[in-house]
Amino acid sequence: MTTNAAIARNRFGLGARPSASATDSPTDWLKSQIGKYDPALSNSASQPSRASIAASFRDYQLDPKDRQVAGKDAAAIMPGDNMSQIDPAKIEKVVNTLRVQYIAAVDTRIDAAISSDTDFAERLVHFWSNHFAVSIDKLPVLALAGDYEFTAIRPHIMGKFSDLLFAAVTHPAMLLYLDQAQSIGPNSPLAAQVAARRNRKLGLNENLAREILELHTLGARTVYDQNDVTEFARALTGFTVGGMSKGPVQRLMAQNGKDGDSQFFAAIHEPGDRLVIGRRYSQKSEAQARAILSDIATHPATAKHIATKIAQHFAADVPPSSLVARLEKSFLESGGDLPKLYRTLIESPEMWLAKQAKFKSPWDWVISSLRALNVRELPNNRQGANMLAQMGQPIWKPGSPAGFSDMTENWAGGAALMRRVEIASRIAERSANRVDARALAPRILSTQLGALTAESIARAESPSQGLALFLLSPEFLRR
Amino acid sequence: MLNRRYFVTSGVLGLGVAAFPGVGWAAPGTNKKFVFIIQRGAADGLATLAPTGDPDFLRARGDLAADAAAGVKLDNMFTLHPAMAESAKLFAQKQASFSHAIASGYRERSHFDAQNILESGGDRPYARDDGWLGRLLSLLPRDDAKGLAVAPAVPLALRGPIAANSYAPSRMPDANSDIMARLTNLYAEDAQLSALWSGAQATEAMAGAAADQGVKGGKALGQMVAGLMNGPNGARVVMLEANGWDTHFQQKGRLNAALGQLDALIGSLRDTLGSEWNNTLIMVATEFGRTVAFNGTGGTDHGTASAAMLFGGSLANGGKIVADWPGLKASQLYEGRDLKPTTRFEQFASDALARHFGLDPIRTKRALFPDFT
Repeated sequence: MTTNAAIARNRFGLGARPSASATDSPTDWLKSQIGKYDPALSNSASQPSRASIAASFRDYQLDPKDRQVAGKDAAAIMPGDNMSQIDPAKIEKVVNTLRVQYIAAVDTRIDAAISSDTDFAERLVHFWSNHFAVSIDKLPVLALAGDYEFTAIRPHIMGKFSDLLFAAVTHPAMLLYLDQAQSIGPNSPLAAQVAARRNRKLGLNENLAREILELHTLGARTVYDQNDVTEFARALTGFTVGGMSKGPVQRLMAQNGKDGDSQFFAAIHEPGDRLVIGRRYSQKSEAQARAILSDIATHPATAKHIATKIAQHFAADVPPSSLVARLEKSFLESGGDLPKLYRTLIESPEMWLAKQAKFKSPWDWVISSLRALNVRELPNNRQGANMLAQMGQPIWKPGSPAGFSDMTENWAGGAALMRRVEIASRIAERSANRVDARALAPRILSTQLGALTAESIARAESPSQGLALFLLSPEFLRR
Repeated sequence: MLNRRYFVTSGVLGLGVAAFPGVGWAAPGTNKKFVFIIQRGAADGLATLAPTGDPDFLRARGDLAADAAAGVKLDNMFTLHPAMAESAKLFAQKQASFSHAIASGYRERSHFDAQNILESGGDRPYARDDGWLGRLLSLLPRDDAKGLAVAPAVPLALRGPIAANSYAPSRMPDANSDIMARLTNLYAEDAQLSALWSGAQATEAMAGAAADQGVKGGKALGQMVAGLMNGPNGARVVMLEANGWDTHFQQKGRLNAALGQLDALIGSLRDTLGSEWNNTLIMVATEFGRTVAFNGTGGTDHGTASAAMLFGGSLANGGKIVADWPGLKASQLYEGRDLKPTTRFEQFASDALARHFGLDPIRTKRALFPDFT
């Protein structure tokens, strides 16, 4: 393998496998993945439907009449992560049920990553899934996170950014994670009705609106202010999730949507025109938020934000400004055409420098290790999820809507390195009788393999230790 | 009464060099220890340390303000959240003090930018790549400059010229000692990895057997951290991260749980540090506060000023609340929605640290928060 082939596989892709052919044209190999990528997953048939996820969540909740006794919070009539809605005796059971669904989804993701031949595209799935992060520390997200990545992210990474954005922010996992599902227009028909009947005030939650502007599109400190956030939050009212609880509003909603699905529920939409970033939006109902999303998706600030994040992920923590500028231009001129953006990235000379500037995240490192060792599936479930959790990157649990950091200093820590030593030792033990690290190292790393690493592997006390040292070498910890 | 300014000047604020006659710059070796607990996600200071003496509080928060009355009344103005029983005891023993209406210089509402400023101590997001805890290490005698983050990697606040270690408990079986030695050799030519590796090995050795037991909850965390701080090689400057404060929805139950864990952590640190508690200062702070009014979903959105806390066995000004209270009338709020900041976090932190470590307060402030004047 040439140096460029190693870069294509290790820096753009998820890591070379020993079978990687030596005759690839690295750029053609990468570009061909844009067409070959299959968003469908071979083993996603085992994934539970949204309706069954909603059912397993809903079935353990208190009946509305019991809830009246348990608490009188206004939000309890809307879907969400309200643990007080759940029968305390059944909390453990619901968490276990949802956790089983989560583990199955994690295994599906890992299987796809270690077996894929279009692993540059798989890396892009992971990149976008993390860009539009949800986190399973909210209970309803626990079971929906897999469905989110598989149905909102995967099918849209080879299209327009605006379509990816819309799919991501209106998926039930995102609506529940960032509290949009509970946000109600204070002057909406339903709010008026509730205010009159029960003397309760329902209202806005600006969480999703803010994070769309700050994290998903324009970026912090750009062109919006607090008024834009509030106006956008008003426009977003109506997007919610049906069938997640037993409340009266849920029963109303159920008539126009499927359980566990996103829907636009006009009765909670804030009426009126909205003014967002200097532009007036007079559309009615759902079309209003769609129009705003569509405008911000192609805004120059968004182009800059996305270009910077892509460059940080693929090239370096502080990427060359020439690379960022080229990506930004590509995004802006194509109106956010993602395949064009990827081609620009592949053709950028800054991407092909020999220096390994990126320290692998735990996910990157585990997946590239399994690929290097030609492991096709993990011996038992939970193992992948547990390993990543131990290393500080539990899958779909970044703990914040910003997602996991792409910066070296967040992963290159003493404790994190110690975990990698423990895990490399375990992975190596299992493969040692069929893989020779001395032959494997140059096949994976090509000319990037340094003399000290080659020598350390050769002098190892056992085949297993040799493999562990290879996985822990500076060249394999970086890409 | 409604316009009364609640103002206590006897706290750590307003102290200058004059209060520290004869304090040298490079302090001799001390046994002083410092723990910074960052509340990531914007903790609601108005619920933690509720201004129950301000009638506008009740007006703004209704039922939720009434809940606050179940806590411990600390003075005529403030009531500590009912989940913080240990902290209330410490306050009564003059081993806790609080500051309210406090914020860094950041005035927008992004968690990520605000945490960056709270940690870096800079005046703009992402302007610095080191943090004020990291710079504090440079002010301590070399042998005392032992920093530790309980996290897989060192957070920004603790980064600086003197490398701090990170530690996170593991449930994986330990790797054998032979590979450890070989990795020392393998990383010899790699500056970044060799530094990480030597720190990781030292911390792992100290944590010993306790490390392999899962750490769950504030109490267990406090015991583990105290174990890493005790003894002559123990860490002197420690950073912990507490999550779960971003209460946009259903704030009541979630805040109750998060404050309960925090309270258990502080109680457990006091208990396990034993006699070292008298040498220890704990600071708790968050990136910004939350809106005065509740939103439409039983929670609060991103705000501005919040509360910060100090704990310690020999706390100066223990049992006091320092607050230049700005009031909660609509006209008194920041941008019509948030508690207005009247105290700067940078001043609060540098004063508390200078006093604790016996450092010159002006020079400490300049070193820790060079952009703050």
